[in-house]
Amino acid sequence: MAYVAPAPAEVEEVELYHAKSFITKYVFSQDAKVIAIQYSFTAIAIGVVGLVLSSMMRLQLGFPDSFSIIDPADYYQFITMHGMIMVIYLLTALFLGGFGNYLIPLMVGARDMVFPYVNMISYWVYLLAVLILVASFFVEGGPTGAGWTLYPPQAILEGTPGSGGGIILMLVSLIFFIIGFTMGGLNYVVTVLQGRTRGMTLMRMPLTIWGIFIATILALLAFPALFVGGVMLLLDRVLETSFFMPAIISMGEQLEYGGGSPILFQHLFWFFGHPEVYIVGLPAFGIVSDLISVHARRHIFGYRMMVWALVAIGGISFIVWAHHMYVSGMNPWFGFFFATTTLIIAIPTALKVYNWVLTLWKANIRFTIPMLFALGFIVTFVNGGITGLFLGNTAIDVPLSDTMFVVAHFHMVMGVAPLMVIFGAIYHWFPLMSGRMLDETLGRIHFWVTFIGAYSIFLPLHYIGFQGVPRRYFEMGETNFIPPSVQDLNAFVTVVAVMVGFAQILFFYNLFKSMSSGEIAEKNPWKAASLEWQTPEQPPAHGNFGDELPVVYRWAYAYGVPGAKDDFVPQDMHPDEVGGEGAHEASKE
Amino acid sequence: MYVAVALVLVTLGTVVFHLVNPWWFTPIASNWGFIDTTIDITFWVTGTVFIAVLLFTAWCTYKYRYDPNRRSVYEPENKKLEWWLIGLTTIGVIIMLAPGLVAWNEFVTVPKGAAEVEVLAKQWSWGYRFPGKDGVLGKTSVKLIDDDNVFGVDPKDAKGQDDVVIDDSELHLPLDKPVKLLFRSTDVLHNFFVPQFRAKMDIIPGTVTYYWFTPTKVGTYNALCFELCGTGHYLMRGTVIIDKENDFKAWLAEQPTFEKSMKEAARAANQGFAKLESGQAKPGNENSKRVF
Repeated sequence: MAYVAPAPAEVEEVELYHAKSFITKYVFSQDAKVIAIQYSFTAIAIGVVGLVLSSMMRLQLGFPDSFSIIDPADYYQFITMHGMIMVIYLLTALFLGGFGNYLIPLMVGARDMVFPYVNMISYWVYLLAVLILVASFFVEGGPTGAGWTLYPPQAILEGTPGSGGGIILMLVSLIFFIIGFTMGGLNYVVTVLQGRTRGMTLMRMPLTIWGIFIATILALLAFPALFVGGVMLLLDRVLETSFFMPAIISMGEQLEYGGGSPILFQHLFWFFGHPEVYIVGLPAFGIVSDLISVHARRHIFGYRMMVWALVAIGGISFIVWAHHMYVSGMNPWFGFFFATTTLIIAIPTALKVYNWVLTLWKANIRFTIPMLFALGFIVTFVNGGITGLFLGNTAIDVPLSDTMFVVAHFHMVMGVAPLMVIFGAIYHWFPLMSGRMLDETLGRIHFWVTFIGAYSIFLPLHYIGFQGVPRRYFEMGETNFIPPSVQDLNAFVTVVAVMVGFAQILFFYNLFKSMSSGEIAEKNPWKAASLEWQTPEQPPAHGNFGDELPVVYRWAYAYGVPGAKDDFVPQDMHPDEVGGEGAHEASKE
Repeated sequence: MYVAVALVLVTLGTVVFHLVNPWWFTPIASNWGFIDTTIDITFWVTGTVFIAVLLFTAWCTYKYRYDPNRRSVYEPENKKLEWWLIGLTTIGVIIMLAPGLVAWNEFVTVPKGAAEVEVLAKQWSWGYRFPGKDGVLGKTSVKLIDDDNVFGVDPKDAKGQDDVVIDDSELHLPLDKPVKLLFRSTDVLHNFFVPQFRAKMDIIPGTVTYYWFTPTKVGTYNALCFELCGTGHYLMRGTVIIDKENDFKAWLAEQPTFEKSMKEAARAANQGFAKLESGQAKPGNENSKRVF
């Protein structure tokens, strides 16, 4: 069977500039891999702050009488900061800035990002945004307690904690985050489009890259809405303009505002906020596809459908935003449109789930730690996905919105599920990044405690949502429709949450210990077919691919190819070396 | 092997938990039973998918566990299977969406005979206003609100004089009469929710929002604020009491009209009590000007 030899490179390679000093190599580095690690460390560090905040909230909810560490103002500040940190500063930054930077050049066969200098600035602006966010904890009045959605009017009025400096710093931090992200994001998109090596057609890219690529496009289109919303809210707060502020009496006093629309902010926020769910989701979808395929030793099932599903989800995600606003007081007739689009988006999403599971079908599954986390992802994502079908259906959303059902839903689907993927991805790529393996036993304990724990935290919370338990309540007090068993459940959930929190210490211990003294990883330890494992050095050096860039002959999922000498065929293996008949078929598409 | 067992246990555990846990919807006390039905339908559809997908996954992890002497089956695509799955999913979506849209259509279509009652939200308490004998609520403005005129009713509007104003968190409504609640906020977002009634809507300063329902059970219900509204959010509670019609009428008759409440306020002001009692009234501040 013939194959088409790739055309010779059209542009001669230019010698890459190699940094010489320690500072340019590891601090102000332009190497995407170093930037990736900087992004990851910063994101995880601020994520730990978010985790600690959630433990404080859980202690208050679980044992309101024994723990009087926090007062209502603290509670609202903690929920706000927890949400904001986890969604934006941890998940978005880690998936795109962390995994995006590390994996895009390696997986498409590039020496680096196409704009390394801008890439470097992107990280430093992100770090600045994080520092401004942290600073808000130390200003008078503390950080904002407006809820992570920052809805005006309350976000900038006196009755809300942190309406002084806190909200200003929050908005400024977001603005910087978006600026930093835009620099990185343009880089990721251009690198995917322009930096691919010879033979790496778009339809041969690993789904990880597809996921990150589509998510970055979504982010570049969605963040501007948050940006303008943030700037307008900042103007309302600082210069007393009235973009979002109608005539108001606050604390018994007539304010100078008038004529603005609070709902306008909600539209801007969710026009960003819903794609944001997929900005976090799509990289997770992509990465988990690769984890499942590599460790199940089978090609991903229905690759082309998987790509088109990503594109479809990305497209539709821009016309579903108002499903967060069914009971916001917007024109109720919008509900019909948004309920329909929202339930339609479930179809490509369900197809992705089917194809992950069908990848396991007729596979040869190794139960490595990344595979365990991938299975954990399937369970939590299916669970969290189907509860989305409740909330997406307008009429059902009416009794459920703003209850604990919503909290349980989004934590399961965009908290636990993506975290499963992040952990799986770290266990999977750690040998590539460090040249060493993570400890297997610690990893298994970490998985089972985290997975079973997180599932038993969020599954029951759905049901107290049915009961009518509201979210964002400092304490329930006397409420006649809430039975005492709800308090027992809250105590149970808190205990489990603290356990899951402690299990993460195990993970960090494993990470730091293995970095210096872990077992040396053999070359390509998982026997993966994609390019990042085919570099001459492990971990890959600056420039990634040694003297010559690889040439790609097939897709990234040539596992179990009939007749091939191994159970996997690397993307860059010359067809003559594969052995056996049908090997070229591995270059599907 | 143990992974397959764990997956089966998680699946069955979820189903068992669903069946035996003590938390479920509060007994419904309004006409919105169809919303509950839609939820039941959704549970059946999604529950089936949940069980099927996870048990199939568990079976795969058992059947296709690693064997070094075996290779996975190379079959990159199966268009027929994929289209079948897409088709079945689409049918499932239609089964859930159709009743949802029907229910939403009812929810947003207020019946002609529904009585209007205004709910006023402010940080962090509730007030209520009935239209009075003329059946029409008088005009209001946030600018007119002060210590006496807490609803900001326009004193020049004749239709507002007979409005019944209740500056208290307890609301009475008659049994079996459709009611359209009109929501106003003087400051930030709020949301008036009684779980037994199922209906919910945000309350937005500068706009009037609404929902309608028909109470179907006599009783005392807690109403909670369901949209974060500042530090006191969790303390913002109201009470809705559903009365038989006669009890309701008797209660309503005892409540002051706007005209009466303003007269009493003026009398109290003349006696000099009002300013002493209210810490917020600032003499000479035009924001707290007296209407009379």
